[in-house]
This record gives sequence, C-alpha cells and structure tokens, in this order.
Amino acid sequence: MGGRPALGIPLAVTEPRATPPFLLRDPARARALVDFLHRHAPPEMVRIVHVCGTHEMTIAENGLRSLLPSGVEVLEGPGCPVCVTPTVDLDRAVKIAERGAIVCTFGDMTRVPGTRVTLAEARAQGADVRVVLSAADAVVVARKNPDRDVVFFAVGFETTAPGTAAVLLDDPPPNFSVLCSHKLIPAALDALMATPPTRIAGFLAPGHVSTVIGAAAYRAVAARHHVPIVVAGFEPLDILYAIALVLRQVREGRAEVENGYPRAVSEEGNLRAQELLAMAFAPCDAVWRGIGRIPGSGLNIRDELARHDARHAFSVQAEEGEDKPPGCLCSEVLLARAVPTDCPLFRDPCTPLSPVGPCMVGSEGACSVWYRYGERPHL
Amino acid sequence: MSRLSDERVTSLHGAGGELMGKLLAERILPAFRLRRAGPIGLDELDDGAVIELPPGQVVVTTDNHAVKPFFFPGGDIGKLAVCGTANDLAVMGAQPVAITMALLLEEGFSLADLEAILTSAARELADLGLPLVAGDTKVMGRGELDGIVINTTGVGVAERAISDAGLAVGDAILVTGTVGDHGMALLAAREGFHLQTELTSDVAPLWPLLAPVLAAGGITAMKDPTRGGLAAALNEMARKARVGIEVRENAIPIRPEAQALSDLLGISPLEVACEGRAVIAVTADHAETVLSLLHAHPQGKEARIIGRAIPDYPGRVVLNTGIGGRRFLEMPVGDPVPRIC
Repeated sequence: MGGRPALGIPLAVTEPRATPPFLLRDPARARALVDFLHRHAPPEMVRIVHVCGTHEMTIAENGLRSLLPSGVEVLEGPGCPVCVTPTVDLDRAVKIAERGAIVCTFGDMTRVPGTRVTLAEARAQGADVRVVLSAADAVVVARKNPDRDVVFFAVGFETTAPGTAAVLLDDPPPNFSVLCSHKLIPAALDALMATPPTRIAGFLAPGHVSTVIGAAAYRAVAARHHVPIVVAGFEPLDILYAIALVLRQVREGRAEVENGYPRAVSEEGNLRAQELLAMAFAPCDAVWRGIGRIPGSGLNIRDELARHDARHAFSVQAEEGEDKPPGCLCSEVLLARAVPTDCPLFRDPCTPLSPVGPCMVGSEGACSVWYRYGERPHL
Repeated sequence: MSRLSDERVTSLHGAGGELMGKLLAERILPAFRLRRAGPIGLDELDDGAVIELPPGQVVVTTDNHAVKPFFFPGGDIGKLAVCGTANDLAVMGAQPVAITMALLLEEGFSLADLEAILTSAARELADLGLPLVAGDTKVMGRGELDGIVINTTGVGVAERAISDAGLAVGDAILVTGTVGDHGMALLAAREGFHLQTELTSDVAPLWPLLAPVLAAGGITAMKDPTRGGLAAALNEMARKARVGIEVRENAIPIRPEAQALSDLLGISPLEVACEGRAVIAVTADHAETVLSLLHAHPQGKEARIIGRAIPDYPGRVVLNTGIGGRRFLEMPVGDPVPRIC
C-alpha cells in the first residue's frame, strides 16, 4: 500500500510534498482523471462512501459528482461529528448548563436539537453556553472563572480528540472538566459494513483523521469486510484520484488500504498524538445518532483523570431518546443509504436556517453542504 | 487639560443646544465643500433642503452603514457611507445629484475618529462633485449603540433607470473587477483573526466608471454585489428576470489573496460583499464594446465577461466550476460575515 505505483492513473498527486497547491486544481489533470474514471468504471453500480464533512465540501463546491460516470456514486456517511452526536449527550450538556456551569463547545453544536432544547435555546433561557475554537480555549475560560465550573463538551473524531487529551494531561484547573463525546472512525466503517443491507463498494478514508491514526489503522476493516479503503486528501484532484484508486481495486477484485494522500498521511500516523489519546482515554461503546450503539467506537476519560470527567463531576442523568424527527431521512443519509435530495423535507421545510434534522445543522452535514453548494448530481 | 467634551462625544452633543452647534460648526460642516444642490442647502440649517434636478427619472435610495472595524484596509465607514449610497444610484443608471447624511453616535465615541471619518466622506463627495444637502446627528447612551452608524440617502437622475430584472436570454454577464475584496479584507482586519494580508477593500464610487458605459447603450440590468456578494447578485437577477444564468468560475476575477483567505476561513469569495464593483447584463452585440469601455477606466482594468443568461433553469444560477464540474451557485444562507456594509 502507498508504495504501489499508480500505474495507468494519470496523475502526479502521487508525488508528495513538492506538489504546489494550484496543480491540485488543474482542469487538464482533472479531465485526464475523469477520462480514466469513465474508461474504467465497472459495469455494475459502484457506491463509494466517504466519512468526512470536508470531503463533502470539496466534492460539492467543485461539482465533482457531475463529472463521475453514471454508475459511480459517492455518498457521505457518518462524517460530520456534530451530526452523529446523539441526543443523550446533548441532553446531558444542556442539563449541566442549566445547573449553572459554563458549557463551552464548537459553534455548530449549540444549534443541534436535543430532546427538549438546543444549547443555544438553553443560553437564551439564561444558561452560560460559550462557543470556543478548541479545548485549550475552554481551559482559558476556566482559568478566568475560577469560581465557576467550566465544562468542555468535546465532540469530533481522532482529529480533535488529541487536542482534548492534551489539555486533560496538562494539569487543567480543578474547575475544568470534559463531557466527552469523541468518536472513532475505523469502528464506524466497521459498523457500516456490518449493517445489512450493505451496498458499499469502497471507502474514501478521511485525510485529517488519517494524519493521526495512520493508513495502517484501516487494514483490519479492509480485510474483515473485503472492502477497498483509500486515504484521500482535500483538493478536488485528491478526491478524483482516490476514487480512481478505489475503482481500480474494484475492477481488479482487490480489497486493500491504499494511501492516496501521502503528502500528509503516513503508514503509522502521528505517534505522539496516539500516545496522548491512549494516556487520556480508553475506548468504549458509543451511541451514534441515526446509527445506534457501535462497540468500541467512543472514548471514555481514564479513571486517573476522573476529576476532570464531567460525567463524574455532574451526576446528570439523560436517557437515550428518539434521534430522528418524523419524516427526516438523516439516519439513512448517515448510513450512506440515501442522499439529501431523497429526503421529502429537504429544502421545504428543512433548511440551514431552520433545520429539522442534524445533517442540516452541522455545516459539514451532507444536507447542509448540498443545500449551500447547490449540489445535484448530473446537473 | 482639555475638557472631556472636546475629545469624546457626550450626550450633550445630541441635545440640540450650544454644544451641538459647536460640534456642527467646528467639526462637521467645514469638512464638506459642496453643501447645496439648489436654493436651500446645508448652510441654511433649515428644516429641509431644496434640490433642483435635471430632466429625467428621479431615483432615491437609502442605506444604513454599520461596518466594523470603522477603519479598515482601503477605507473607513465614512467613505463607505458615501460610496454605498452613490453606487446604488449608479447601478440604477442614475447620476448622483445630492446626498443626505444622518449620524448616530454612541456616547464616548472619539471626536478625532469622527473627524477622520467625516473628512474621508467629504473627500469622496468632493471627488464625485456630489453635494451634502442635509444632515442630522443623534447621540445614544453608552451601550445603546456600538460606536457609530451612518445613514445616507441619495437622490439621482437617470435618463432611463436600469433595474435588476431587465436581463434576457442571450445577454452577456460582466463584472467590473475582482470580487470579494471588501468582505475578505474586513474579515482579515477583524480582531481575533491575527491575519496579515496585503488585501484592501475595493470600496470606490462607481459612477465615473459606469457613466461612459451607460452612454454606449445595450445595458439591460445592473447590480452592485454588496451583501451576499456575487452569488446573491446573480441569483437576484436570475429570479427577478425569470431566466437562468450560467457563469464560468475560471472567468470570475478573484485576487489570490482573497482566494487564500477564503480557503483558510471556509468562506467563499463569491458570497462576500464588494463595495466598488458592478455586475452588468448587456445585450450580446454590445458586450465587447462595454468590456473595452470598462477596460479603458482605471477601476475597470480587471473587468471580465463571466457568463450569460440562458433559457434553462429559470431563476437559478449554474456554475461551471474551475475543475470542469457543474453545480448550482446558491443564494448565500444567512450572513457569513456580519456588519460588513
């Protein structure tokens, strides 16, 4: 993997680091890649799933779906961390905020509906909910408010989890704790393949997550389910190239992990970040909105750091509730079985300004991206 | 030591008494050289101004300006308040004839800043030959307003007013220069971003650029892409005219600095405001003439034909992306950058 020469695939993206970014948006190279896709598309329908909001943005903003052969579909699965955070975690965050703690989280999280209210609505009713850009910013809030409890509501995949781990391990102030809802990508890929009916021919693995966990992290899933997994970058040519690698594997009957993003992702990943994750967290089962409980797909704060675990500091109870408003297709979208325009609520009444389901709330959610970027395959 | 009222706006400035008179006489009026467009103007301090208009259709527009920061690379709220309103007239095909200005000031606002803002506004008006004929100043209590808001109302005269809705299938669509500069420059200048860029706002008056173009004829619709940027302007034109618009992403002039900031912040340069650009629809047979007239003016050097009106997808804008793909260019959702104009 990675070392396999990209024979037959007309692209210089395989040349790492030295490639200037503008080459990654070069229309002539894109045309050559698209020609390759059309020449080599298998006769059967091929459904490729990515799990990354930033991949969806690249695909939609550049209109890449309009370039694919008619038998090749690319869908966003559970790739938006905001979208997959279950109501039970949101309800817990709301209750903690209503008890008087300062709850800090990323902007989109404040707009996701829980069972009763969003964090933004709780704020309107007097709770102290603040938007931060990182876990470290939440620690700053805690140091500035030593007489208040400050809780960082931590969401995100392996990309953001090391940041949370770093502050937990850096002796944060006693009034700081973390409500941990971090999730792990390889376990989600495993669950998608294990949930029938499975019609997934291959995965594009998320580039940012892969910089941390390394390309090797997907090998077990690829082998267990005999599914090609290609690590993909974020420029339009990165995506087209990764799709070409998947199609070639499908055609050749291979199911391997290939690294289509070698200028950023290594085989073993970021060992220091992995070490931080292992020191701060232990894997646990986790509930994903729209999908349900996935074994080993979440992170619990280790017992040694329990004094900074909001679940211990605040014994708030919340129950696993209904994750899906009536008529909403978000769970099918998150399972990569539907695209946003399949949903009867898309555009009317569900819009980014008045979202019904979580995929329209998160700016990386498939529905929000399709709405904002005018995505419609085969326009 | 000078008294506080010499340095900062106080509530007494808004009370209509002697302090207000002193503020007007010393700080505000002298900055403006052109003060009438008829027998009664600013100097009379009457209840209204009297304007004498040349023949044609009278166009009136008004705008509140609440930009932040008040001083930004390439301009300030004073220059913006003049250009914003004068440009609304210009893209209606109207020559600006007179303008009014109403200031809302927060108690405590720096008088030195006020003077700088008004001097800047006055300079733009002088360059345009546009008189300030009436004005008003109110002071709000501390915390009731964030610094300064400027309202300007403009009166202009058009031989034949140009609407947003006049474009027809086959018309060429042009922009008069690079898009997104104003919005991206402001964003970079905001506190908290810590970004260094050479990018400056494009804020500038459009009438000197557009007057010769209007005289050449063939223009069917015009709009200045302020809030919501080029994406909003094109969508509004397509919706109102019930035609489709097809644009080529590679033809849209965007400064590399604006593109880089856009990539960094995840905000499309097509969705943020310009304050010195126009989107023009022109009949196909006049398109090259209009383009060469734009190129002949210093402000129009980077004008480009970016697309055309099409019969398909009425009310929608189709973007042919730089990489060769195709999607709709949607009306921007909400406001990616608040308080920009």
